[in-house]
Amino acid sequence: MLTIDGLRATAGDREILRGITMSVAAGEVHAIMGPNGSGKSTLAQVLAGHPGYEVTGGTVEYDGRDLLAMEPEERAHAGIFLAFQYPVEIPGVSNAYFLRTAFNEIRKARGEEEIDPMDFLDVMAERLKLVDMDEAMLQRSVNSGFSGGEKKRNEILQMAVLEPRLAILDETDSGLDIDALRVVADGVNALRRPENATIVVTHYQRLLNYIVPDYVHVLANGRIVKSGGKELALDLEARGYDWLIDEPRTAGAGA
Amino acid sequence: MNTAFLEHFAALPQEGPSFLAAMRRDALARFTAHGFPTPRNEDWHFTSPAPIVESSFEPMRPMAAPIDRSAIAPWMAGSDEWPLLVFVNGRFAPSLSSTASLPVGVRAMSLASALLEEPTLVERYLGRVASFNEQAFAFVALNTALMRDGSVIHVARDTRVSRPLHMLFLTDDAADGGVTHPRNLVVVDRNAEVSLIEQYASLAGGRSLTNAVTEAVLDDGATLRHYRLQRENMRAFHTGHVDARLARDAHYHSFSFATGAELSRINIYATLGGEGSGATLNGLYMLDDVQHCDHQTRIEHARPNCYSRELYKGILDGASHGVFNGKVYVHAEAQKTDGKQTNNTLLLSERARIDTKPQLEIFADDVKCTHGATVGRLDALSAFYMRSRGITAATTRRLLTYAFAAEVLETIELEPLRTALEALTLARYAGE
Repeated sequence: MLTIDGLRATAGDREILRGITMSVAAGEVHAIMGPNGSGKSTLAQVLAGHPGYEVTGGTVEYDGRDLLAMEPEERAHAGIFLAFQYPVEIPGVSNAYFLRTAFNEIRKARGEEEIDPMDFLDVMAERLKLVDMDEAMLQRSVNSGFSGGEKKRNEILQMAVLEPRLAILDETDSGLDIDALRVVADGVNALRRPENATIVVTHYQRLLNYIVPDYVHVLANGRIVKSGGKELALDLEARGYDWLIDEPRTAGAGA
Repeated sequence: MNTAFLEHFAALPQEGPSFLAAMRRDALARFTAHGFPTPRNEDWHFTSPAPIVESSFEPMRPMAAPIDRSAIAPWMAGSDEWPLLVFVNGRFAPSLSSTASLPVGVRAMSLASALLEEPTLVERYLGRVASFNEQAFAFVALNTALMRDGSVIHVARDTRVSRPLHMLFLTDDAADGGVTHPRNLVVVDRNAEVSLIEQYASLAGGRSLTNAVTEAVLDDGATLRHYRLQRENMRAFHTGHVDARLARDAHYHSFSFATGAELSRINIYATLGGEGSGATLNGLYMLDDVQHCDHQTRIEHARPNCYSRELYKGILDGASHGVFNGKVYVHAEAQKTDGKQTNNTLLLSERARIDTKPQLEIFADDVKCTHGATVGRLDALSAFYMRSRGITAATTRRLLTYAFAAEVLETIELEPLRTALEALTLARYAGE
């Protein structure tokens, strides 16, 4: 589904991704872990088309298309969804209007019929339950004045409504207490399908107890320094990141 | 000196009560002495009245042909069931107006009839609130000298009016090259409460000048919600002056919505003349092409324990030019004044320009006065967030622009009007 090959990206003058190579197939869950500043959030944002980063090398193929040539909205139309680490507040636009507009624009792009506001409310009522959110949230401005937990749940609500093929969760667990974490993880798990894939970006192993990955990749300094199965996450939890980051240097010193 | 207006004065019919004739002569003398303001005048630094002065407007001709009610439907701004006073080319149009549903305690009439029927009320207040003895107020002086018609609203003590009164000032095909001087007087007695819509619009595309003055007098405990809509055609010139005087515990809520006219200057002034009184002055201007719109607000804190709140927002596209000048004047005795002023501008084009100038003059020592201004473009991160959800770049721009305006539109308490202005704003940026 997704093939990343030698991806490099900069923010301003700073190179953050220094050649990322990985691939994700339908039905899989990939966890991307790494210390702060390793580039894992950048990878998530570059895949969604964040304008603040410039891709300076490599390719990304998504369902046979050149993902990097697509506008952010085209990526969404093609089924890519990024749950933001810091969801953006948009005062003046209600959650309901925002979601319905997004839902209909995606349908329109796919040649499907738009849905009217009443029918959309029915869709919403069901998805709200999934993330344990109150209907009153729909009338509030997007993320405006939401608590940290509400914002994260709102991201998963959007994901539930837009039903992406490739969901990228960027530190969705940060700032959540254990109950909120469980709600968010249950929501994500309920949306898993054999034809879809999920990339979970996280600093801690905690979330991976609930969203169990098939593969774990460790990012350091803009590169994948280790890949493995879900047990790698437990290793990281026990030993931290230093042994991985130091490893190449140690090896170099010994040679 | 432009002599056209002196000729207008000479041609005025000799009618009306004697106090009015004296006031007209006085105003004309002031105008003649001071002349029109130039950019050297601090209050007119960013707005030159030269295009108006050089246009040599004629006195306004009467309406070209009878107007059907359906022609004014687009200007109903919420509901066509509200009491309505319509003026066409500066003259009261009874056939388009409907004041039958006015509640007990409220009188609404044209200035021309009030001068005959209520000369005592008019004499007591007219010209007493809006000062014209400065060059900056040349247009107020002209209005005072040349006024012909307008509306007089009186709300009697303890009367609470649920439905708003709508004053609609239209110009038609015959208005090209003409000038009107609408003059309104609003008197709200003790503990009374009323909402007014004062709207200026064009039925045709000719260039005319509207030079309006509205005086409002709020007695103890009175509340006035005043919605001023300037939606004239894109060639029109518009100068407007609103002056409200508040007694103890009175509340004045003003909203200025301006999308029309090529050149407009609107003053919204309030004097907090009684303890515990307060003014909320909000506004939204949305400009495009070569439009120039200047708002000057002035809040005079004359007594202790008063509050003022201001939120003005501008959305500027094309090569338009917005001006906001917010004056707050706190007298030495106005202790415990609580004032807050905000002016936010959204620039949609590289060529658009805003001049924003807060002006606080504080002579009391125990006050809380803040002001802030922002000028910016659409937020890139918000735009990315929306586009990452599949919303196209064009729709994103429209929604974020609307959202910018929504914050101030939400302060309109009159729900049908708020809905109507929200719809206008959304449609304006729909781009379809």
